[in-house]
Amino acid sequence: MNPFSSGTRLRDMIRSIRGCKTAAEERAVVRKECASIRAAISDNDNDYRHRNMAKLMFIHMLGYPTHFGQMECLKLIAAPGFPEKRIGYLGLMLLLDERQEVLMLVTNSLKQYPTKISFPFSYIHAALCSIRIIKKVPDLAENFVNPAASLLKEKHHGVLLTGIQLCTDLCEVSTEALEFFRKKYTEGLVKVLKDVVNSPYAPEYDISGIADPFLHIRLLRILRVLGHGDTDASDCMNDILAQVATKTESNKNAGNAILYECVETIMSIEDSSGLRVLAINILGRFLSNRDNNIRYVALNMLMRAITVDSQAVQRHRATILECVKDLDASIRKKALELVYLLVNENNVTSLSKELIDYLEVTDQEFKGDLTEKICSIVEKFSPEKIWYIDQMLKVLSLAGNYVKDEVWHALIVVISNASNLHGYTVRLLYRAVQLSGEQEILVRVAVWCIGEYGEMLVNSIGMLEKEEPITVTECDAIDVIESACKQYSTDLATRAMCLVALLKLSCRFPSSSQRIQDIIAQNKGSLLLELQQRSIEFDSILQKHQNIRSALCERMPVLDESTYVGRRAGSLPAAVSTSQGAVLDLSNGVGKPSAAPLVDLLDLSSDDTPVPNSSGNDFLHDLLGVDLSIASTETGTNQAQKSGADVLMDLLSIGTLPSQSSLSSFDGLFSSRDNSASVGGLENLSSNTTLPVQASTESGGFPMMDLLDALSPSEQNREDSGPTYPSVVAYESSSLRITFNFSKQPGNVRTTLVEANFVNKSSNAYTDFIFQAAVPKFLQLHLDPASNNVLPASGNGLITQKLRVVNSQHGKKSLVMRIRIAYKLNDKDVKEEGQISNFPPGL
Amino acid sequence: MIHFLLLISRQGKVRLTKWYSPYAQKERTKVVRELSGMILSRGPKLCNFVEWRGYKVVYKRYASLYFCMCVNQDDNELEILEIIHHFVEILDLYFGSVCELDLIFNFHKAYYILDEILMAGELQESSKKTVERLIDAQDALVEAAKEQANSVSYMISQATK
Repeated sequence: MNPFSSGTRLRDMIRSIRGCKTAAEERAVVRKECASIRAAISDNDNDYRHRNMAKLMFIHMLGYPTHFGQMECLKLIAAPGFPEKRIGYLGLMLLLDERQEVLMLVTNSLKQYPTKISFPFSYIHAALCSIRIIKKVPDLAENFVNPAASLLKEKHHGVLLTGIQLCTDLCEVSTEALEFFRKKYTEGLVKVLKDVVNSPYAPEYDISGIADPFLHIRLLRILRVLGHGDTDASDCMNDILAQVATKTESNKNAGNAILYECVETIMSIEDSSGLRVLAINILGRFLSNRDNNIRYVALNMLMRAITVDSQAVQRHRATILECVKDLDASIRKKALELVYLLVNENNVTSLSKELIDYLEVTDQEFKGDLTEKICSIVEKFSPEKIWYIDQMLKVLSLAGNYVKDEVWHALIVVISNASNLHGYTVRLLYRAVQLSGEQEILVRVAVWCIGEYGEMLVNSIGMLEKEEPITVTECDAIDVIESACKQYSTDLATRAMCLVALLKLSCRFPSSSQRIQDIIAQNKGSLLLELQQRSIEFDSILQKHQNIRSALCERMPVLDESTYVGRRAGSLPAAVSTSQGAVLDLSNGVGKPSAAPLVDLLDLSSDDTPVPNSSGNDFLHDLLGVDLSIASTETGTNQAQKSGADVLMDLLSIGTLPSQSSLSSFDGLFSSRDNSASVGGLENLSSNTTLPVQASTESGGFPMMDLLDALSPSEQNREDSGPTYPSVVAYESSSLRITFNFSKQPGNVRTTLVEANFVNKSSNAYTDFIFQAAVPKFLQLHLDPASNNVLPASGNGLITQKLRVVNSQHGKKSLVMRIRIAYKLNDKDVKEEGQISNFPPGL
Repeated sequence: MIHFLLLISRQGKVRLTKWYSPYAQKERTKVVRELSGMILSRGPKLCNFVEWRGYKVVYKRYASLYFCMCVNQDDNELEILEIIHHFVEILDLYFGSVCELDLIFNFHKAYYILDEILMAGELQESSKKTVERLIDAQDALVEAAKEQANSVSYMISQATK
């Protein structure tokens, strides 16, 4: 080692790096320095270690890798001299992060270092450490309560600051601590605040004429925590809060910071109306201040004030609306949040009008947020359907592409329910599409409505008084759809919807049938499988199956609004409730499936009436092109699509439909359907309202397992080559008996195949017989279609249904099941429920 | 609580970073890049607060440097502005009319000063005088160590080791 070469000094290195003109030059310099530092490290150079570390830290800040220096930090920390230690700790802080193992070595060396820290730092640092500890391990809070309380008596500002912070955190973490401090220390803290507020000029702590505003703010915050929800504590602090609110100067930031904290405190503690008035006044002043920071802070205050005095906040509505249009993005965002909280039935019409007007001019980044909020407001508070439709159409015309799928699906549900508004809606949509055809979602809704209500559009049916007359020919209507098809040539969902709409129109506009057929035929060669399939099918219907065409294209039945809304609420993500793994409690409604957005199948509260198997009821099937009407009977004669739906159901591992005959010539086509087609229907299959699907809850979903099951039906091996289990009478009432026969396959010990036999004990036949079952989370249930849904009387026949149960806790927990049976007796609905717990052990 | 503190130049160069919450090295670079983009693109008249990933970032521009602090949603933004100003004034006291160059060439001293004001994400000292006294005391220690290292007797003792 050359004793005279010390490498460059820190200053010189920085200078030479800053002097580099290009990035490549800088890299070269850095490389050279790193090389010399590395050499010094391997030479174990003691003298210049701290300088090398400083250089390394600078290089690190530039963004270059510096991990080779980490061990040097340790050596520096262990060195005897103060400068070395200082740089060593700095290097430690900069170059390492919490997770690295090197820190273990450091803590060891720290333990050996003799501690001789003087007051007040010992208190300050202890307090800060304690704050960290209780944040990470809140249970330890009790240990700190007493020592923390003793810190409150100190005079040193640093100790007070950290001590008060510690006490505040303790109160937030532990209710016992809160009670303790509230009882014993509220008065003391009020006194400390009084002293600080009234203290004479102290140059050491003075900021903008106020003595230690930081301490003011800390004290106000702990008083907030102590006074919240407690009248005695709140009374204690009234005077000082009033004094702070009135006497604090508000021309400098320090003063405003204190006033802000004071207002927040007043809003949180128990009411003493004089104080609240003061607070609202300050709030009003802040809101009209020209300084953006102050206005932002005022919006914060308003959010807190809403919970306390929403009238006062409503008075500022106009100003808040102005803030929504502010130039500053932060203020806009806050104001929008505030507006959302302010909406109620009375002001919703004017507020949404303002917001929609603003939507027209706002910039792209904000449009998404704004659209979402508007849709939410409109949906929650709409006074009547026609207003809702109007507003939604406006939003769609302005910002349709930002509207989420569930929102426009909900819109369609509402439209279908508002039968007196069908004509009005379709005409409105027709006009809107002429103007705003670039909004794809608008076009989709329009296409659907024109398909459904085309004849109303052309014949001006159901005109409301306020409507202007409009002449639309069949040609015009078809033009709209045709141009939508062309314009959105890349979007599968839109074009698919167009095809379906055209099919419907071929019924409603018989004279244009040829033209429609031509348009559909154009898609027969489409490269997109979905479109090709649809166009071929529809073409075939138009040409060869005239007799069923009208039945197919009948008006869609009304979608059940309340169920849909309930389903939406239930199928939202973050279904935290499902992850508890507890046994199913039917009284609460069912545990909602977690993984895929599966429907709340056993929502026993809502879909009680087992509507005859009608996939036509499901508008989503419509979207998928499975637009078959309910004109066909329950026996589901020729409705092949239903079994297609079966296959779909399997893909999503939902229990299958009951009483279907499973023949289908379309089966092959469906099973090769591209699952990822952006039809928008698949993932929403869950919002399937009235399909009387068998209930089976998912234990976090094994979709793959069910997929395999669906594809290999041969697994349903009825031959008993496994152990036999006795049959049980699962359920018996005066009117019904259900028997379960069990079998297992060899090698598949967790799966049980159950054959359920239903016997009618009464002297009247049961029709529309439907069996539903629910199982706890550790089980998986799969139902096959029942053999029939008519159960003859007096045991003259029976219904058989096969079930498959997979027990993930096989050997530990036995099977248990809750069932519900619904049927019609003399045209009256009857329901029976029960729990089956007499499964043979070992299943 | 303050989660981290960044000093960024107008051109996006990092002059100082201090992390009070766990962030891995890779995350740190990502965060710095993201925030630099967000803050540097904000106009001059806009408010000093930005919402970011569920936190609030309070920033203030002093000459060519942006001082940014990331805090929780329920922290007092105006107070944080005061803390930033407190820090800047102490730097100014120490360096005498501090400018960006001072912080570049003496970044280690800037860190030492910061560590006296903020620790574990909380303000620990609200008196500028006290901080000044502490830093001066530390500097004196360093001077003493240097003098000792340069003294003849020390050199002799090292050479004869």
